[in-house]
Amino acid sequence: MEARAADRRIATLARHLEASSLKDSHEIVSASPTSSNSSSPSVFNHLARAPEDPILGVTVAFNKDPSPSKLNLGVGAYRTEEGKPLVLNVVRQAEKLLVNDSSRNKEYIPIVGLADFNKLSAKLILGANSPAIQENRVTTVQCLSGTGSLRVGAEFLARHYHQRTVYITQPTWGNHPKVFALAGLSVKTYRYYDPATRGLNFQGLLEDLGSAPSGAIVLLHACAHNPTGVDPTPAQWEQIRQLIRSKGLLPFFDSAYQGFASGSLDRDAEPVRMFVADGGECLVAQSYAKNMGLYGERVGALSIVCKTADVASRVESQLKLVIRPMYSSPPIHGASIVATILKDRSMYHQWTIELKEMAERIISMRQQLFNALKSRGTPGDWSHIIKQIGMFTFTGLNSKQVAFMTKEFHIYMTSDGRISMAGLSSRTVPHLADAIHAAVTRGV
Amino acid sequence: MAAIVSVVSSTPNAAAASSLSKEKMKLGSCNFNSLLWQGKRPSFATPKSLSKVTMSVATNVSRFESITMAPPDPILGVSEAFKADTHEMKLNLGVGAYRTEDLQPYVLNVVKKAENLMLESGENKEYLPIEGLVAFNKATAELLFGADNSVIQQQRVATVQGLSGTGSLRLAAALIERYFPGAKVLISSPTWGNHKNIFNDAKVPWSEYRYYDPKTVGLDFDGMISDIKAAPEGSFVLLHGCAHNPTGIDPTPEQWVKIADVIEEKNHIPFFDVAYQGFASGSLDEDASSVRLFASRGMELLVAQSYSKNLGLYAERIGAINVVCSSADAATRVKSQLKRLARPMYSNPPVHGARIVANVVGNPVLFNEWKEEMKMMAGRIKSVRQKLYDSICAKDKTGKDWSYILKQIGMFSFTGLNKAQSDNMTNKWHVYMTKDGRISLAGLSSAKCEYLADAIIDSFYNVS
Repeated sequence: MEARAADRRIATLARHLEASSLKDSHEIVSASPTSSNSSSPSVFNHLARAPEDPILGVTVAFNKDPSPSKLNLGVGAYRTEEGKPLVLNVVRQAEKLLVNDSSRNKEYIPIVGLADFNKLSAKLILGANSPAIQENRVTTVQCLSGTGSLRVGAEFLARHYHQRTVYITQPTWGNHPKVFALAGLSVKTYRYYDPATRGLNFQGLLEDLGSAPSGAIVLLHACAHNPTGVDPTPAQWEQIRQLIRSKGLLPFFDSAYQGFASGSLDRDAEPVRMFVADGGECLVAQSYAKNMGLYGERVGALSIVCKTADVASRVESQLKLVIRPMYSSPPIHGASIVATILKDRSMYHQWTIELKEMAERIISMRQQLFNALKSRGTPGDWSHIIKQIGMFTFTGLNSKQVAFMTKEFHIYMTSDGRISMAGLSSRTVPHLADAIHAAVTRGV
Repeated sequence: MAAIVSVVSSTPNAAAASSLSKEKMKLGSCNFNSLLWQGKRPSFATPKSLSKVTMSVATNVSRFESITMAPPDPILGVSEAFKADTHEMKLNLGVGAYRTEDLQPYVLNVVKKAENLMLESGENKEYLPIEGLVAFNKATAELLFGADNSVIQQQRVATVQGLSGTGSLRLAAALIERYFPGAKVLISSPTWGNHKNIFNDAKVPWSEYRYYDPKTVGLDFDGMISDIKAAPEGSFVLLHGCAHNPTGIDPTPEQWVKIADVIEEKNHIPFFDVAYQGFASGSLDEDASSVRLFASRGMELLVAQSYSKNLGLYAERIGAINVVCSSADAATRVKSQLKRLARPMYSNPPVHGARIVANVVGNPVLFNEWKEEMKMMAGRIKSVRQKLYDSICAKDKTGKDWSYILKQIGMFSFTGLNKAQSDNMTNKWHVYMTKDGRISLAGLSSAKCEYLADAIIDSFYNVS
């Protein structure tokens, strides 16, 4: 223990020495006006400047660009045809009710969040008639959107589950490996995307999951895979389920697009429900960022489907021990909006309509982009644009092409070639098509 | 086939399950289950493997079976127990949430006004940057240090919006774990119950410095200085900016100077938890004086802030972590690393509470109204503190000195009751409090002071 601590201190010192550039030491020596009275260097001197988050950093770069034709296809936030953020009408309605309700207060909500929010969220993803719910085998805790739900689930597994490896798709959302690693799990990948077909590498997936150690955790995207937009078919899902169950692997679903992918809440939940129907256990992280447009409110839920009600209740008690030292209890506002909408028939119905409109606009953008590339005669098969599903398209463009598109056409997207269809409009599709065409034909 | 079905249809016997070894439990139980669902017979099933499979079905046990029931949170669990109690005289002095004289939760008028303004302006709900709402970060740092403070003017403060006090402390703990590996955090004995959990979960080692002196029901100042001095150089010293939780005992201004001296001497890093700015004395500036003292000495320091109490925004989870660095460049780098820690925890913080704070602090009319409401809340607590003291003195004829109740400050009072006595408070008197003898005066009405005085006197003298 002592030796390890000493090693760490030496390592820190070494990093400190590495990090000290000529610039740093000049600052120290010259006692510039921006430094404090103390003549000693900052204790934080060994901290390097971290690069911007690769995904959220795209927006940072976009904001800095003065070009009028700039296009932000980075982060997956829905935009209207006019390119504006959207707050759903039903959300505004719910918020108005909440703010004007004088019986409401801002007392701490329970560590596990709002009870009605939790129940309604479980019903939404698992189905109102789910036997797992009826048998009280599901514990659901409100968390900070998808990220928070994944992190709490991962921390729980790292403490209480015998297998500490999680398998994530290759590729996957950029934040996944960090979430799991910081929770203390080791991360491996399984083949998923096939660049040759721009579709699913199903054989590779089966092989890799087939050779995973028994009990390993497997991260599955419930629908609208991020970043590729490539989802297994129902038949493929069934095979995946059988394989996972036969190897005793533990499925951990990331459901960030329920209702957003196909336009149907039930259809987008099918893979999750298929797994729950076989009586087995699984984890599900839900996010309301996209499907209710509640991005900044950080609303989500973690559900753990257990074998018995007794296990579920013990699991819940342990989830509280993860949450309390992280942020004590979750924020009330977003969850209240969700609960208000889900429990009211007409608001729920209104929501499904607005959700469908968003999904359909995206589907139409896919079609328009595909048509635009076809009409330009852009070389290559671009059918994956209309085959892929959800907010994102994995264009197949490489990082050089992406950099070219950013520089020459002011298109902002992640370097893996992912574009957010939600950021496109009929007006801007031609500009994007021109950019892709140029990137592909100029042999970048 | 019939034989297999009959085994499966019987409910797995828990006793039988536990009597089988772990080895057998792992055998393809799920495999059999899924195949049965389809009504198929496993094609690989030889008579030998079938018997293995049928045994494992009977042990179709959860992979979480060995998880034990965690105990309820010692603080938040108190409210849960209180809710379950049906006694008419029950009193909740557990969690530190402000109550009116009618013992009702209180939403500040300025908060309601801010929320209405926000509704009218119809802002969007886009993701905040990882570091939070820019307007909030600016407002919160200025509130803490004073807008004209040199640390602000010189841009030496890295401010990141956090999930109230807890979330801000956790971000700081994660920063310490990553960039100061092996460094210890010194925490007061006693301290808020969740501090230890935060550092444990963040894998930051901690040790305690003496703080509370049960003999005087006051500050063990010599013990505190001695323990801070004895700690390894470069330790982080967790200090409560004002209104120490749970004791309510704060150092005097002179003592703060000596604390700063010894921290500087040992190259320790001060780490303030400021959850009650404005709530303790009623004055925002006065309650920030300890933090400002340290900053004025050119020290680098960390400060976690919370708006749960002073703006009554408990459930909105709004706070901030501030790191005062010796240079603007260091502050930029520190901020970038805090972001790197927040992203895999929750990506970016919630917008609602941050906008409320920014609206209140940024609007001179609302800001002044807030100061008035805060004075009112702090004033009510001071007055029940006085009334409780008066009631106890009137009933206790032994001449015991209860004046420590008046000297303590903030939401809480350390009664000096031990665990058994605190249990008596709950079991006999239906007064809910934490086992360390802490009562939340915020949950006390002047109407109930007499009852509480009776309970305290009974517990103190009749229970050991």
